[in-house]
Amino acid sequence: MKKDKKGQLASQNLLAWSLLLPSFIILGIFVFYPMVKTFILSMQLTDLMGNPIKFIGFKNFLNLFNSDSFGTSFTVTLIFVFFSTTLTLIMSYLMAVLASQKMKGIALFRTMFSSTMGVSVTVASILWLFMFNPQIGLFSKILTLLHLPQINFLSDQTWSLIAIIGTTVWMNLGFSFLILLGAIQAIPQDLYQVADLDGASWWMRLRKITIPSTSATIFFVTVVTLINAFQTFGQVDILTSGGPDYHTNLLVYAIYQDAFVNHSVGRASAQSVILTIIIMIFTMLQFYVKNKKGAKNAN
Amino acid sequence: MQTSNFQKTSRLILLISVTILLLLPLILGISLSLSSSQSIAQGNLWPKHLEFGNYIKVFTNTPMAKFLLHSFIVSGLVMIGQVVLSAMAAYAFVFLNFRFKKSVFILFLSTMMLPFEAQIIPNFATMRDLNLLNTYAAIGLPFLASAFGTFMMKTSFEQIPTALRQLSDIEGLNHFQFATKVVVPYTRVSIITFALYSFLTNWNMYLWPLIATTNDKVRTVQIGLRQLRSQDTASNWGLIMAVTIISVIPTLLIIFLGQKYFKKGLTNGVIK
Repeated sequence: MKKDKKGQLASQNLLAWSLLLPSFIILGIFVFYPMVKTFILSMQLTDLMGNPIKFIGFKNFLNLFNSDSFGTSFTVTLIFVFFSTTLTLIMSYLMAVLASQKMKGIALFRTMFSSTMGVSVTVASILWLFMFNPQIGLFSKILTLLHLPQINFLSDQTWSLIAIIGTTVWMNLGFSFLILLGAIQAIPQDLYQVADLDGASWWMRLRKITIPSTSATIFFVTVVTLINAFQTFGQVDILTSGGPDYHTNLLVYAIYQDAFVNHSVGRASAQSVILTIIIMIFTMLQFYVKNKKGAKNAN
Repeated sequence: MQTSNFQKTSRLILLISVTILLLLPLILGISLSLSSSQSIAQGNLWPKHLEFGNYIKVFTNTPMAKFLLHSFIVSGLVMIGQVVLSAMAAYAFVFLNFRFKKSVFILFLSTMMLPFEAQIIPNFATMRDLNLLNTYAAIGLPFLASAFGTFMMKTSFEQIPTALRQLSDIEGLNHFQFATKVVVPYTRVSIITFALYSFLTNWNMYLWPLIATTNDKVRTVQIGLRQLRSQDTASNWGLIMAVTIISVIPTLLIIFLGQKYFKKGLTNGVIK
């Protein structure tokens, strides 16, 4: 028996909405509502329990921009994001090029190279906490061996940020490597055969063929790494607790401290709004480039 | 082109050196976990005699066994939830026509640009007001819906050939039959890939489980490790490293098993 068109459409509507409903309830309660609420709280004076007392407009934001600790936090966040993203990209790309060659046993190396993808932020931070230990850590041993003065990696203003960057890059390598490897392997081999005939060097092949052919993936990995870097929390929590003197107080750690330790929810919400805006800009940039590329491919 | 033996050997040496450098923190962690506290206090990076005492102490002297169990439960439940909810939503987007389809899809898309880290304050208040702090629900509920998972499932559902769809129509399969007999078997690799990736991500969650738990009742192993670190690292490196190594085994196993699928699946889910 054939159902009439109208009835079929109505039943599809009903089915579709019941399939989407569970996701919508979750997203509504834990994503959309908190976003709106955070925006509202960012313009409120709040009490110690986080309850709004009165509307104060953009005062929380003005206070933030006038505060030295936020200035330091925001500056080190930008420095951190720039260096951790750049280093992750360069190192994982070189690893991917190295592991893309065909040889016996290469699968084992590929697995090893991607292994840090499975390492949690806690595990990474604790492993590196030992590396940086001023008494028995690996770096202290190397400095002794080279007759160099000891460095207090985690309590020095500059070195502590370098330590956080190092730990983060190490953690990031596995994922970026795996995605970049996939892109490099997808390059048609005949492109290289022409280059081989011309006797192109390793560097020329990389610059003229490999990198241009994987530019879309490079862009994708850059944006993802960048967004993740803005959301960094665990490394700071375990390695430095934001110190010394706010010099590793990355944005999300600052939000956590203000909200759950200092109980200034208004200030924490204002910083959350700033974080949201930053992430939105980069995500939209990614969507925009992806769609532009998609439109180009369709032609 | 012929590759000389010299070239082959130097490539191999390069590969091995990079591997060792990359894995050095992990290797040192394993080494320390097998050392006695005396040996570590003397500044030795390698044990003279292998010592398994730290691994026994993890289970006798710390609540880590409990925390590991909590991690398995939370990660497993959230994984099931994410796979089921994502597949349901993706089915609607791919196989059904409904009103506002495009706007609803954009709404889903938009959640990807809202960082969870910026929403912890209201989410904590919600859990507190619902009296859910220190429960599995508090840790897991916010993550049951996954925009990333929905896109990944959607991309793989779209790969199902139109011919197969038409055949199912002719055979008179209803939506439930089509989903269970055609869609799920046809896209099982993507589903398993996402499930493994989901478990991995849930296992490694840090910020939210830290906020959502204030006691040991449902505390996960990541937060347990944080606690152990804050107590007393100086004399405890062996024990801490043993917990660290144990906690990373499940996710490393997933990487070793799923590496091939991740490379393809994650790229498909996000780039295309």
